[in-house]
Amino acid sequence: MRQYSNVITAYLIMTILIILVGVFQSWAIALTILNYCLISAVMTMGANIQWGYAGLINFGIMGYTALGGLAVVLVSVAPVGEAWKLGGLNMMICVGIIVGMIFLIRYVLKKIEKSKKRSYLIAAIIVIGLLLLRFISAPAIESIESVEPAKTGFLGGLGMPVLFSWIVGGFFAGGLAYIIGKIALGLRADYLAIATLLIAEIVVSIVKHEEWLARGVKNVIGLKRPAPYEIDLQTSPWFINLVEKFHSAKLELINSISERQDMLNQMVIDASSIYVKLCFSGLFLTVVIILLIITQKALYSPWGRKMRAIRDNEEAASAMGKNVVKEHLLIFILGSAVVGIAGAMMVTHDGLFTPGSYRPMRYTFVIWVMVIVGGTGNNFGAILGGFAVWFLWVQAAPIALFVINLLTSHLPETNEIKIHLINSAPYFRFLLVGIGLLLIMRYRPRGILPEKIIKQ
Amino acid sequence: MPFFEGNKMTAGYGDGPDIITSCSINVDRGEIVAILGPNGAGKSTAMKAMLGLLNLKSGSVSIDGDDISSLTPQDRVKKGISFVPQTRNVFAELTVKENLEIGAFLRKDNINKVIEEIYELFPILKEKRSQVVGQLSGGQRQQVALGRALMIRPSVLMLDEPTAGVSPIVMDELFQHILKVKETNVAIIMVEQNAKQALSISDRGYVLVTGENKFEGSGNELLKDPEVRRSFLGA
Amino acid sequence: MDLLNAIILLLNYTVIPALTYGSQLALGAIFVTLVYGILRFANFATGDMMSFGTMFAVLLTYYFQSLGISFGVLPTALLTIPFAIFMMILYMLTIDKFVFSYYRVKKSPPVQLAMVSVGVMFVTQAIIRIIIGPSDKRFLDGEKFILKATEFKEMTGLNEGLTIKSTQVITIFVTLIVVSIMFWFLNKTKTGTSMRAYSDNEDLALLSGIDPKKVVLITWVIAGVLATIGGILYGLDKSYRPFVYFNNMLPIFAAAIVGGIGNPYGAFFGGYVIAFAEIFLTYAYKRFFIYILPDSLEPNSMIQLLSTDYKFAISFSILVIVLLFRPSGIFEGKKI
Repeated sequence: MRQYSNVITAYLIMTILIILVGVFQSWAIALTILNYCLISAVMTMGANIQWGYAGLINFGIMGYTALGGLAVVLVSVAPVGEAWKLGGLNMMICVGIIVGMIFLIRYVLKKIEKSKKRSYLIAAIIVIGLLLLRFISAPAIESIESVEPAKTGFLGGLGMPVLFSWIVGGFFAGGLAYIIGKIALGLRADYLAIATLLIAEIVVSIVKHEEWLARGVKNVIGLKRPAPYEIDLQTSPWFINLVEKFHSAKLELINSISERQDMLNQMVIDASSIYVKLCFSGLFLTVVIILLIITQKALYSPWGRKMRAIRDNEEAASAMGKNVVKEHLLIFILGSAVVGIAGAMMVTHDGLFTPGSYRPMRYTFVIWVMVIVGGTGNNFGAILGGFAVWFLWVQAAPIALFVINLLTSHLPETNEIKIHLINSAPYFRFLLVGIGLLLIMRYRPRGILPEKIIKQ
Repeated sequence: MPFFEGNKMTAGYGDGPDIITSCSINVDRGEIVAILGPNGAGKSTAMKAMLGLLNLKSGSVSIDGDDISSLTPQDRVKKGISFVPQTRNVFAELTVKENLEIGAFLRKDNINKVIEEIYELFPILKEKRSQVVGQLSGGQRQQVALGRALMIRPSVLMLDEPTAGVSPIVMDELFQHILKVKETNVAIIMVEQNAKQALSISDRGYVLVTGENKFEGSGNELLKDPEVRRSFLGA
Repeated sequence: MDLLNAIILLLNYTVIPALTYGSQLALGAIFVTLVYGILRFANFATGDMMSFGTMFAVLLTYYFQSLGISFGVLPTALLTIPFAIFMMILYMLTIDKFVFSYYRVKKSPPVQLAMVSVGVMFVTQAIIRIIIGPSDKRFLDGEKFILKATEFKEMTGLNEGLTIKSTQVITIFVTLIVVSIMFWFLNKTKTGTSMRAYSDNEDLALLSGIDPKKVVLITWVIAGVLATIGGILYGLDKSYRPFVYFNNMLPIFAAAIVGGIGNPYGAFFGGYVIAFAEIFLTYAYKRFFIYILPDSLEPNSMIQLLSTDYKFAISFSILVIVLLFRPSGIFEGKKI
C-alpha cells in the first residue's frame, strides 16, 4: 500500500503545482505546461521502455522526435501538385533506386561468402547507387524547390487527417530504430550512447537541409489541428452562450450593456484558447493512458519478466536460450516508436514544424533527466519524471527571478551584478535541472518512484 | 617465530559468511609453502587476507614480528610483501621493461641494477624488453608477472595459482624459476591446483578444507600421507 | 603553372583549414580519451568544459586589454592561458571531489558516470551562460594574417592566393608542442608510465603501490590543460560561443572513437581524420579541375561531393562505419 501512497502523493503534488500556475500566472500557461508535460511523459515512457526495461541507452531521442514531427508534415499537409508534376517522378525513381540498392546488398550478403570481393561489391553498389541518386534527384530537387519557394517549395504531404500522422510518426521512428538497432545494438553501453547521439544528429541534419522534403529550416507553419480553431470558436453562438453561462454571475455585476459586451468578448477570446488547449490535453491524456495501460501490461507479462531478466543478467538469460539480440532490437524499436508518436504530438500541438529547433540539449538530454529523475523501470515514475522536470524546466526562470530579487533586494536597481543576474535568469533552468539530476543520482539513484521488486 | 605469519585468521567477503575460520599459515625466508585444497576451500581467500585485500574479522597477520593486520595492501607492499594474482597479472599494454619499472614504483633508488638482476633470473625478458607484454606467450607473461613482483626485492612473494592455464612444459619451467627465486632468500607462499607438482618443490604444505587447516606438514609427508593422497592427490 | 595554382588552391581552402580544425579536434579528442581511459567514463561535459576554460581566457583577455597589456603581434589570449588553465583545473577538481569521486570509489558502472557527466554538462552550461552569456564573443587581437592572398600573388605571380591566418599557425604550432610534451610525459616519465599502467590494469597498479588519487589528480590536470588550450585555439580561430562548444563535443567524440577510445595517439590522428574528411568531402572542386584539366573537359557543375550542410553528418557517418567494422578504432596497438 505504501508504494501506492507514494505514487498518489507525487502526482497530487504535481497537480497542485500546475493548478498554482493557473491561479497565479494564467490558466492558458498552466494548460500549455500541462500539455507539454503530457508530451514529455510520452517521450519519457518511450525512453523508459528502452532503459528501464532493457538497460539500453538511447541518446538519439532527438532524432525520433524529429521524425515524428516530419510525419505530421508528410501526412497532413495537402500535396503540392505543381511540385509533384515537376519532380515527383524523379523522386519516386530515387525511392525505387534506394529500395533496389537495399535488396541488392541483401542479396550479395546472402549469396556471397564473406570476403574482400564481397566488401568491394557492396561498396561499388553503394557508390554507383549514390551517384545515380544524385544524378536523378538533383534537377528534380531544384525544380521542386523553385515552386513558390516562399510558400511551398516542397512536395507536400498526403493531405490525410493529422491524427493519423501520430501513428505514422511511430512507424517512422520505429523504422529508423530498426536500422540503428541493426547497426549499433551490439556496442557497449557508452559507445551506444555516443553512436545514437551522433546518428540522431545526422537525421536532424537531413531533415534540416532537404528542403524538397519538408522545407527544411524554412519551416512548415499552419499545420492541421485535431482541435477547433480559436477564430471559429469565437464566432460560434454555442460557444459564446457557454462562456456567458459560465461567467453569468460576474457579468451580471456590470450594468452598462456595452461594457458587458466588451467583457464578454474578452472572456470568449480567453476561453477559446483555453478550450483549444483543453482539447489537446484530452487527446494527449488519452494517449498517455493508453500507453500506460499497454506498458504496464507488458511490464508484468511473461515478456516483461524476460526483458528484466535479460537486463539484469544478459549472459545468464542468453544461456537459458533467450534471444537477447532479437529482444533488444524489438524493445529498441518499440521505445523509439513511442518517442516518434510524442514527436508527432508535439508538432501537432504547436501547429508548426521547425527542424532548426531540434537540439540535443532539449530533445535528448532533458528527456534523459526525466527518465532518471522519475524512476527507471517504473512507468508511473517515467510519467512523473516527464511532468516534474518539464515543470522545472519551464518554471525555473520565474523561480530564479524571484530568488534573485529576494537575495538582491538590498541592492539598488542600477547595481550591475543585479542587472546581470536578472538578465541571466533564463539560464538557471540548466542549473536547476543539472543539480536536480546530480542530487537524484547521488541520493536516490533509482529515481523518485523506483521500480518495484515483485515477489512471485 | 616464523618470518611471515597469518594467525587464526577469520574472514569473508563483505557481510557474507566467513570463508576462512581460524586459519593459520606461516612461512620463513628461503622457504616455499604450498596451500592446497579442494575448490572453494578458501585457499585464495586466505592469501588475500594475508595481503590485506579483505578485512579480518579476527586473527592477525605479522611480518618479522610486526603486527600488520590493520595496514592497507599498498602499505603491506611497502613492507616487502609482493603478490602475483592469478589473472590479469601483467600490464598487457605496457612493454616488458615498463612492467618491471612499475613493479618498482615504490622504490626511490636506482632500479637499473634490480632490472639487470631480473633479466639474469629470466633471460628471455631481456631479449623481449621493449615488446608489449600483450604480444608475449603465456609462459613469458608469467615470467613478466614474477619479475614485476620481484622488483621491490620482496621478502615475501605470494603466488595465486601461477601455473593455471599453462602447458606442462611451461609449468616445469615456471617451477624452476620459482625455485631460483627461493634461493634469493625470499619467503614464498603459493596456492596451487597441481598439488603433486607443487608439493614436489615445496618445503611445506597446508591443506585447507572449508576454510580450516586440515593437514599440514613437509612436502614429502603430505605426499606420503594416505588420507591426503586419497582425498586430494587422486591416487 | 596551372598545376601550381591547383595545389595552392587546395592548400588554401582545404589542407591548411583542415590541419587547423584537426588540431583543435585532436586536443579535445585526447582529453576525451584520457578521461575515458583512466577515469573510465564517456564525458558528455567535454564540450562545455572546454567552453569553461575558454570563457576565462575571453574574460581575462578583455581585462588585459582594458589594462593596456598586449602580447605584441600575438593574441593577448595566449598570455591568459596559464590563468585559464588554472581556473579550469580548479573547476575540474571541484567537480571531481563533489561529483565524480563518489561514483569512482563506489566502482559504479561507466554508464552511470556518463549520466552523471550529463548532469555536470547542464551545470557547467548554466554557469557559463550566467557568467558570460550565450552570445558570440571575439577575442582575437594582434596581427591577423601572416600571409595575405594579395601579397602571395605579388610574390609568386600565381593566380591563386594563399592566405595564412596567424591563428592557423598558432593552432598547429601550439598543438604540436602540447601534444609532444604530453606524449613525452606519458611515455618517458615514471608518473606517465604509472598512469598508463593504471589505465591498463587498475588492480595490479594498486598492488604495485600506485596511488590512485595521484593518478586521478594528474589526469584532471592534463585534461584541464588540453581542454583549455583546445578551447582557446578554437575560439581564436573562429569565435567563442557556448552553444558551438557544446556541439563540438560531437565531432570530438567521433575523433576519439575513430582513433580507438582510450588511445591518445589514435585520438590525435582521429582529430585530423575527421577534419580532413569533413573538409575534403564538402569542398567544391570546380576551380581545381579547371586548373588541371584541359579546356575541353572543364566541369560545369560544382563538383562538390556533399553540401557543406552535411559537414557534421560526415564525421558521424565515418564514426558509424568505424564502429561497424572496427569498433576498437582504426589505430590498433598500444593504448594509454
